[in-house]
Amino acid sequence: MRLISQIGEWFDQRLQLAAPIREISEHPVPRSSASWWYVFGSAALTIFVLQIVTGILLAMIYVPSAGEAWSSLQSLNHDVTLGWFIRAMHGWGSNFMVAVVLIHMMQVFLFGAYKFPRELTWIIGIFLLLMTLGMAFSGQVLRFDQDAYWGLGIGASIASRVPIIGPFAVKLMLGGPIIAGATLSRFFALHVFVIPGMLVGFVSLHLLMVLKLGINEWPMPGRLVKRSTYVSEYHELTKKDGAPFVPYAVWKDMFFVAFILVAIAACAVYFGPFGPTGRPDPTIIQTSPKPDYFFLWLYALLSLLPPSMETPALLIGPVVVILLLLLLPFLSGEGEKSWRRRPIAVLTISLIAISLGTLTHLSGYTPWSPHMNAWSGDPVPDRFLHGTTALQRQGALVFQVKQCRNCHSLGDLGGQRGPALDSVAVRLTEDQLIRQVIQGGGNMPAYGKNLSPAETTALVAFLETLHPAGQAPARDASRDLALSETPEGHAPAQP
Amino acid sequence: MADESISRRGLFMKLGILFNGLVATALAVPIVGFVLSSITRGRSNAYLAWVPLGPVNQFPEGETRLATFKNPNVMPTDGKTVDTSCWVRRVEGDQFQVFAINCAHLGCPVRWFPQSGLFMCPCHGGAYYRDGSRASGPPERGLFEYPHKVENGLITIQAGELPTPGASAALIGKKLPCA
Repeated sequence: MRLISQIGEWFDQRLQLAAPIREISEHPVPRSSASWWYVFGSAALTIFVLQIVTGILLAMIYVPSAGEAWSSLQSLNHDVTLGWFIRAMHGWGSNFMVAVVLIHMMQVFLFGAYKFPRELTWIIGIFLLLMTLGMAFSGQVLRFDQDAYWGLGIGASIASRVPIIGPFAVKLMLGGPIIAGATLSRFFALHVFVIPGMLVGFVSLHLLMVLKLGINEWPMPGRLVKRSTYVSEYHELTKKDGAPFVPYAVWKDMFFVAFILVAIAACAVYFGPFGPTGRPDPTIIQTSPKPDYFFLWLYALLSLLPPSMETPALLIGPVVVILLLLLLPFLSGEGEKSWRRRPIAVLTISLIAISLGTLTHLSGYTPWSPHMNAWSGDPVPDRFLHGTTALQRQGALVFQVKQCRNCHSLGDLGGQRGPALDSVAVRLTEDQLIRQVIQGGGNMPAYGKNLSPAETTALVAFLETLHPAGQAPARDASRDLALSETPEGHAPAQP
Repeated sequence: MADESISRRGLFMKLGILFNGLVATALAVPIVGFVLSSITRGRSNAYLAWVPLGPVNQFPEGETRLATFKNPNVMPTDGKTVDTSCWVRRVEGDQFQVFAINCAHLGCPVRWFPQSGLFMCPCHGGAYYRDGSRASGPPERGLFEYPHKVENGLITIQAGELPTPGASAALIGKKLPCA
């Protein structure tokens, strides 16, 4: 033991780090902040370290070349001992990191921790969030498979819409006129050098400020933040009701960090690594590219926005959101911290969480996309064909062959792009059906050029049978009148 | 006070800053030039060379067929990414339309369905008619068309650049220099 302490003293005489480390670990924190709500920052930091370690390990095998990246991932999955586990840890670590960073940010927002004097800590936190998302996207690109290839195409399409500099931004992003070797190499440089380097710098600043300014105290309703008095009040609080960070608060961080690491490892073992999906070969077009989990909401949003709103939303939306986040501590830098007295803050968080959750859920079954195989894969249920005439059956055939089924479901099978047609005859009259089929409209393509008159007649005859038993199909009342008047010598209404 | 005078050390310090500034500026030129080379290289026309898709009689009249081509600008590390597909529609005779595979919405690969005469996109549900015009969904325009020409029974296209909604004007709208 004496030898160890002698060696320790030898080093400390030269490094002189023992005193500052002791000072940092024993700095007083408000007792109220030793809470399970305050563990997400340290968890995010730990996952970041995990990502660095697993990332370095992956880089020992991975080849950042468009020709070989995919095969090097395959050998990581199948040939290299435990390569699959390191890939899985890195992939799941990424998902957990985004989640923990978001939870951390939500907690900081709800607890008013961004208010004076911690404005800059919040602003740097916003940059850390953007960099974390940048790491998530560039990491998905490095998993150079079909999703990565077409995901880059989507990124390029979005970048190209920026006025004036759009086309240049695309070439800068892709490293040339197309997605190719140079594209992967520059995303490798971003993912491995540029963004992690910036992350290390910004994380250090973020931590330094937490130490210098002190951790946010548990917000009490009615205890308002004032620029003139807050700092002295905070020092009073840590003096009167404070405790050293180590060991008073740190054990909760340690427990949660261990729990998160076990959770990541458990997911890695149970679910395994992410992909790679098919080879990044642009001539394979039978693919439905999808982004990774944390960008699924964006994928859904891009499907649901009206076309005219899309470019403004894509270009102005992120700028507005980031500006609002950056300005937040200046817009409400003082006043109430407790979420119990900030209903708009709680509503905002709920609204954002529900919106993102709903969009992510929708992206799970993509109701906006035609089901490409429904026309040949999903048969018309028997009950729709019982007791039908030859013409109506011919119409059912047209319905399948012309791929109406890819967008319209029958008996809950088929696409969901258009409305389900199980009871369409109740909603539309015969004339309206003909018009809709031939001219399209309301987001449906026009089939006039692609259907012969006979096919249209058969198709509409079939559609006319689609109504619940005991509920009559829709009829045009004036047509009844016109037909009933004909035998009495009146001229039928002109169409 | 001799506050107007500059000390020897102060002068050297200022000269040192000036010298470093000059060196930094001089070094910035090649560094920025390298970073922007993907844009400036784009101005050289190698990637705009005409690429053959095959003999005209590979494409039956009135039908739309998938064709693949290699980008004229290949780097050794590009792997399969330089192979690209496109949809070739032979209207009649030597009248063709060559559509980029990329949806005009966000670039996903569209598929041709001859039965319904529609191109459909698997990503966000864009659909186009057989002539490439927009049918429905989020795209704001029709499919991108590559410039093409028929010579000696061969159809060739100019398709070295990834078509994107913003850059498409540069690709299709204005006259391109022939390489």
